[in-house]
Amino acid sequence: MTGGSGGRIRVRGLPVGDHALLLEVDTGEAALALHAELLRRAAARTLPAVREIVPAARTVLLDGVADPRRLAAEVARWDIPPPAGGHDATVDIAVRYDGPDLADVAELWGVAPHEVARIHADTEFRVAFCGFAPGFGYLTGLPEHRHVPRRATPRTRVPVGSVALAGPYTGVYPRSSPGGWQLIGTTDAVLWDTARTPAALLAPGTRVRFVPQRPIAEPSSRQPVREETST
Amino acid sequence: MTDSAFVVVRAGALTTVQDLGRVGHAHLGVPRSGALDEPALRLANRLVGNPDGAAALETTLTGCAVRLRRAATVAVTGAPCPVTVDGRPAAWGAPVRVRSGALVEVAAATHGVRSYLAFGGGVEAEQVLGSRSTDLLSGLGPPPLADGAVLRLGAPYGPVPAVDAAPCPGPPRELALPVALGPRDDWFTARALRTLATGEFRVSAASNRIGLRTEGPSLERARDGELPSEGMVLGALQVPPDGRPVLFLADHPTTGGYPVVGVVPEDRLAAAAQAVPGTVVRFVPRRAR
Repeated sequence: MTGGSGGRIRVRGLPVGDHALLLEVDTGEAALALHAELLRRAAARTLPAVREIVPAARTVLLDGVADPRRLAAEVARWDIPPPAGGHDATVDIAVRYDGPDLADVAELWGVAPHEVARIHADTEFRVAFCGFAPGFGYLTGLPEHRHVPRRATPRTRVPVGSVALAGPYTGVYPRSSPGGWQLIGTTDAVLWDTARTPAALLAPGTRVRFVPQRPIAEPSSRQPVREETST
Repeated sequence: MTDSAFVVVRAGALTTVQDLGRVGHAHLGVPRSGALDEPALRLANRLVGNPDGAAALETTLTGCAVRLRRAATVAVTGAPCPVTVDGRPAAWGAPVRVRSGALVEVAAATHGVRSYLAFGGGVEAEQVLGSRSTDLLSGLGPPPLADGAVLRLGAPYGPVPAVDAAPCPGPPRELALPVALGPRDDWFTARALRTLATGEFRVSAASNRIGLRTEGPSLERARDGELPSEGMVLGALQVPPDGRPVLFLADHPTTGGYPVVGVVPEDRLAAAAQAVPGTVVRFVPRRAR
């Protein structure tokens, strides 16, 4: 499936040791669709037992598989529907578009800095996969001409809550860490809290909207995150 | 309250709380973590009457010392080392009954890297996502031990088995690691794959709980460009741009963008985790089954 052409998703199975299987597809969209199908089959208990299902940019890793070759042959025969719309959790994240790299991103995009906020907030994002740190989601949704390179020199410390861009992805730093992404804003949303269930605000497949806040944060907004599940 | 506490008298180079780790959260970016020498942790727990997955202390090269505030059964496994209780020699690899107030010292490893000190009842640290393990990559779980820190023991599980001493295989002098090729062996030249099979690698001093780094020949790529991030398994042999393979251990990142030339079976990782810097490593590649 490429760009909604509706063609059949081709899945290649690559061996990962004797007890894991890497399923590879051609596009990020196809990886989302394959991941959704794997979760459906796991929930319906028609998937053999696996320890981990880890989606990524073009792949889904199945770890802890008894017979990877047999499973690879089975998956190759599946008819995988495109990712369903409207049934996944949507998370709104309030953002102050005040990042130190806003002007650089505006220049790369060829727009005024305030336009970066509008374009970013008008984009419907989806968590393609997580990694780098617990609770860090790689969000896709920006069209190709809005992709930006990493910074030439990574920062030794990116503050917690930074909203950032790199390559095709948008991400929010769940904690302060080194990082090379372009910082366009900040949020008070808590991306990762082990005292909360679930600990992660974002999981693979979650839809995300960024909601611009006024430049001056309102003092009452201690809980800027609203979570809604459409049913 | 004070009954169950114990005090860290000497934390050593790096001592962490470890159990069998957190499985099932890799899709959220949470590493598995857990004891690097899992058989040694299981054995230590059995010796003191705990279930296999109870939390114990994992030391690194220089051991540690703790003072108990209640009587307990302890056992030390993993890297062989002198064990003393109140300065008197005690058994390694066997259950040792110690009195309230005793100083238990795990001395520096005579060979190997990681020793395990288990207590009847286990270490009672707060669970995070079902595990008490310290994860040094993402900072989950209790912090590494510090001198003067106070930790707690859990309630004893039941009778301690009647064992004089359990046989523990010592860490190997030379490390031979089977490698099932893939998923990205096609990113490397035929010469690189021959180098992997025939080259003499050594364990780098930069190794840690995240990965065993190697010094030696570098593996040449057959193609340029970047691999889109993909899921990583425990035991993955990842090859960064410098060409020197890194063997992923328990605290490894869940996704990564450098190609994985092959995977070392999990049951060989305990030996890898016990290999001191400078140990010769030979890889034995084969096709995945």
